[in-house]
Amino acid sequence: MPTLVYVEDHEGEPVNGSLGVLSKAAKLGDDVAAVLCGSGVEGLGEQVGKYGAARVLVADDPALEAPLPQPRVDVLAKLVESEGFDTVLFGASVLTADVAAGLAARLDAGLNWDLIDLEEQDGKLVGKRPALQDSVLLDVGWKSEPRLALIRSGTFEPVESGGAAEVTKVPVEVEDWSKQAVMLERAHEESEGPSIEDAEVIVAGGRGLGKPENFSLVEGLAKALGGAVAATRAVVDAGWYPYASQVGQTGKTVAPKLYIACGISGAIQHKVGMQGSGTIVAINKDPNAPIFEYSDLGVVGDVHEIVPKLTELVKAKRGG
Amino acid sequence: MKEVPDASAPKRMDPQTFRLDRSVPGALNDFDTHALEEALRIGEQEGDGEVVALLMGPPKAADSLRKALAVGADRAVHVADDALVGSDLIATSRVLAKAIERENPDLILFGQQAADSDGAVLWAAVADRLRLPVISQAASLELADGKAKVKRQTEYGYDVIEAPLPCVVAVSDAINEPRYPSLKGIMGAKKKPQDSVTTADLGLGPEEVGETGSRTKVYAVGEPPPRGESRRIEDNGDAAEAILEYLAEKKLI
Repeated sequence: MPTLVYVEDHEGEPVNGSLGVLSKAAKLGDDVAAVLCGSGVEGLGEQVGKYGAARVLVADDPALEAPLPQPRVDVLAKLVESEGFDTVLFGASVLTADVAAGLAARLDAGLNWDLIDLEEQDGKLVGKRPALQDSVLLDVGWKSEPRLALIRSGTFEPVESGGAAEVTKVPVEVEDWSKQAVMLERAHEESEGPSIEDAEVIVAGGRGLGKPENFSLVEGLAKALGGAVAATRAVVDAGWYPYASQVGQTGKTVAPKLYIACGISGAIQHKVGMQGSGTIVAINKDPNAPIFEYSDLGVVGDVHEIVPKLTELVKAKRGG
Repeated sequence: MKEVPDASAPKRMDPQTFRLDRSVPGALNDFDTHALEEALRIGEQEGDGEVVALLMGPPKAADSLRKALAVGADRAVHVADDALVGSDLIATSRVLAKAIERENPDLILFGQQAADSDGAVLWAAVADRLRLPVISQAASLELADGKAKVKRQTEYGYDVIEAPLPCVVAVSDAINEPRYPSLKGIMGAKKKPQDSVTTADLGLGPEEVGETGSRTKVYAVGEPPPRGESRRIEDNGDAAEAILEYLAEKKLI
């Protein structure tokens, strides 16, 4: 099972999600190669090699400078064909989702997404995918090779194997049409305010707060509990709250001891960013909100009434 | 656009085929209504734009497509064929690419996700087949000088990406607030052109679509890992007290 694991990099470091997938692939088989695609990434090869890859292939070219999918599809398609990989794995991200699907179309290959595990069953590779709001767990597979898979972010922890990999540069040829999308401005992380990733208590707000000013309710409760404030993508994109506080698929993944969701309906994109929380309390006026399906305590009611009252009660209790 | 089981309908996987049971009432995939809204806004700005709603799905999905017309699409194309049942990403992208080629549009918009399969990658496969640039996770979209300029939200913040038209853009559900159909729109929808297209019309053989044209399969449907017991309360004026009690009981305060 010659397997290729795509290793994404950001600001000069391989991302943990990719390294976790690489570690998992190394557990499933010996013939595992990692591929890095970027500009000035050759130096990362040795570091990536510590996570179980026998070989690290490096596509280093200015055409791969911006984190855009299509030039990467060109590189991977040639690699898979020339090296005969039968499995290609990706840690899911905004970038890799588009790379994987483009590659699937190019190679006429099957792609399974949102996998939370991979295992061998009677010699065949089987992926585990939660579906229907996680009410079922599907065993999914492939009818042909190469087999492509996107692994849900944060599923596997990177594990150093103690080994060293052979690092090889590979040729980069990019199609003209793959160069048409261009990056005008790169995202840079906003790093102000307390980090939600290290907080033990998080109070999060969503569209159900009604208007940006009502975030003060969430802030009040977070302060009373000694916690941090988080927000959903909807309110971040609407400009109600800064991006640094965003939890979810394109935001941060958090796992506090206590997560209180205020006015959050709980779409899957939000869920993937906070489902590892110890205890989840949700307050929402819609009894059918998906968030209630994965809350430990679901409260059907008006956040505007409940949150201020709860803040006062918490203050009284903690103060007394 | 896609028809998915209505949010209020009970959802289940067929125990024989391991496919989603689509016999329940359907609705337009909510994420796709944001793509439609963005198309309508662009059409209104440009003045002479035509908005075509394209859907692949069973015959009954025509109702959902009519909703797109009621909201404001000028025309609808429905790819419906028994042979399409069981199509995965690779087969679906093949069909949609062919259907889009026939229309030769300046801009191809997708919603960010299918609410039933949680699939969030289709656009990139379609774009690769069409050899067109693709930009996903669009939080804003502007068209000028024959180019699309997109603010893409990633794990690290916002990128700004530009691509010449025609191109494929997948919009997030935060890009706009979709409008509702007016009574006039609902009445007018019946008069708008709604084409039905088969795989043969698209030049595709039965082996290229459906299960035979697919490269993935579902082996089994199982139980998810269990989650601890969950409690539910309705607020009768004492919810704040109940939450505090709960937190105290769990030693979280």
